[in-house]
Amino acid sequence: MITPPNYPGIPGASPGTPPGPPDLDVGNSRFRLALARIRLAWRSFRGAWSIYLESRIGVLSLLIIGMFALMAVAHPVLMLTIWDSGTYDPVTGYAFGQSQQPASPSWRHPLGTDPLGRDVLSQLLWSTRSEFVLGITAALVTVAIATTVGAVAAYYGGIIDAFFMRLADLIIALPGISLLIVLSALFKLNLFYLALVIGVLGGFGGTAIILKSQALSIKVKPYIEAARVAGGGHFHIILVHIIPNLLPLSLLYMMFTVTSAIFAEAVLSFLGLLDVRMSWGIMIHTANTGGYLMGGTRYWWLVVPAGASITLLCSAFYMGGRALDEVVNPRLRRRHD
Amino acid sequence: MAITGTEPLHTGALLSVAGLTKRFPVGRHLFRKATSFIHAVDDVTFDLEPGGSLGLVGESGCGKTTVGKLLVKLLEPTSGEILFRLPGLADHAVPDDPSELNEPAVDSASIEGRQLRAFRRRAQMIFQDPYESMNPRRTIYDTIAEPLSVQGMGTLLDRVDRVSEILDQVGLTPPATFLFRHPHELSGGQRQRVAIARALVVGPSFVVADEPTSMLDVSSRTGIMNLMQGLAQDLGVAYLYVTHDLAVARYMCHRIAVMYSGKIVEIGETEELLKNPRHPYTRALLSAVPLPDPGSTREPPDIRGELTAPIDPPARCRFFDRCPMATENCRTSPHPPTEEKSPGHWVACYEV
Repeated sequence: MITPPNYPGIPGASPGTPPGPPDLDVGNSRFRLALARIRLAWRSFRGAWSIYLESRIGVLSLLIIGMFALMAVAHPVLMLTIWDSGTYDPVTGYAFGQSQQPASPSWRHPLGTDPLGRDVLSQLLWSTRSEFVLGITAALVTVAIATTVGAVAAYYGGIIDAFFMRLADLIIALPGISLLIVLSALFKLNLFYLALVIGVLGGFGGTAIILKSQALSIKVKPYIEAARVAGGGHFHIILVHIIPNLLPLSLLYMMFTVTSAIFAEAVLSFLGLLDVRMSWGIMIHTANTGGYLMGGTRYWWLVVPAGASITLLCSAFYMGGRALDEVVNPRLRRRHD
Repeated sequence: MAITGTEPLHTGALLSVAGLTKRFPVGRHLFRKATSFIHAVDDVTFDLEPGGSLGLVGESGCGKTTVGKLLVKLLEPTSGEILFRLPGLADHAVPDDPSELNEPAVDSASIEGRQLRAFRRRAQMIFQDPYESMNPRRTIYDTIAEPLSVQGMGTLLDRVDRVSEILDQVGLTPPATFLFRHPHELSGGQRQRVAIARALVVGPSFVVADEPTSMLDVSSRTGIMNLMQGLAQDLGVAYLYVTHDLAVARYMCHRIAVMYSGKIVEIGETEELLKNPRHPYTRALLSAVPLPDPGSTREPPDIRGELTAPIDPPARCRFFDRCPMATENCRTSPHPPTEEKSPGHWVACYEV
């Protein structure tokens, strides 16, 4: 039954080895390997999904995020169909039919117009898309940096670890919004650069520490030693063994980063420090510069739609993060299986 | 590369360990040098012939796993020498006949770079925990083929063939049903078979087996032990079998070395050592093996206290505090040298 090793192309093989079974060809096994990976991914996704759905805040957050996604899609559709750009453009439009600006909600302008005669609903919908882009860009940058830094710091330890961890401490100690205000004075910050700055600060800051601590617990698993005995180098171990096992936690921190990015954008826009044409923060900023924030609830449509959107979307991503936390961190689960 | 072909590596030995020592610093800090050390492995000497087997027996924390890790270069020794005479190590080419052993001895400490890759094909390790020694996100194929793929051996087709073949050899048949499954779909025994397959897939000459059966159900232990023994014999693999169980060591190994607190206290042929145990610690270990007879009685082990971590141990016999035979000489003398008391039977004790 047992034969000495004979395999082509692998040292130690006896020469003239017969070819393998005819049904195994390269394409086939590559296909089956890919299939097995997809199957595993699908199965772990389904498991995670069912745990996620058990959490009420998780479902709620999905509904809210879905609603905002629809809003983001709705704007270009409306602009192409029933809204003419002269009246409804979020930046340059003017509602000529109104006797005074800001006009209160009406059939033509469901959320009224702002002090400059622009349609508030159009502004709200138009901004949704950029909020998403901003949040997701910042989150991707954060997670890419934090996962790499965490894995590398945990794996190499010593001076590399000390450097990145002290850097993280330094960044945590920096007051985030104040720093962004200073930066916006020095540079022209648009949404993309803002996302980059938030991403870099988050990636080298607290998120890196959390992912590093997780990577430390992966680093001591025997399969890391097994990979070393197999001859795997540092890059192989970090890329193949540590980072894939860090990704669930990375995903969780992506959610939290989205929240902080949207919030930071709102603050900076409100202060008028961002080079952005329109955003939820700018909408409130416009109302404020016109003095309408002082008017109590009389001009509610200038503030409430944008303010509620910021609050809702931020909390939706935050709640989604909490629900994901239960998926990633089994100790938080109420269900014991 | 330090080729020490003229060194007195025991005739025909595959691997020869002399004065192997590993100390772990205690309480080291980035800006503070450690002042105390755990003497995990202290002046350990033995050798292993090609195709031979040595059981390394001792209680938890005696340093037996550390010896195993030192041998496969997962750890670097503090001092001492590990000489290998593995095919394909001295030059970078791999010879056609792996059983050829006219190899110059190579010092383990000098192995690095390309030579390390050759070394990884010749020396492998089987890990204790079948549940933690496999990345849960990788398929069985990925796990077993890892040594092949990281070393760029063969094409994908070759590797699939080779992995199927080795799966067949370790009794996971038909291989096609196991290739693309994940570790969590397998039982403990099956996983340990995968671990054996991973170690043997590159065709090593030497394997460290770190208690491969200790985490398994009793029912699947014998199967794994028989499998390992059969494969080692058929493939001509020498192995160091690390275990805390004398019965397992007896079943698996030609020779047994008993370790206590980082020292080898007794080493000899399996039957000789078990029939004529000389060191008081070996005797205590033997009298602790349970007998499968409820009526039988046996003297309790003549030993007191328990193993303490060997942090900066005093320069006397490591077993002194627990030894029933300790004398004033033992208190004042350094740790006894290992002496050959009968042919092939070495003991480190002043009193036997």
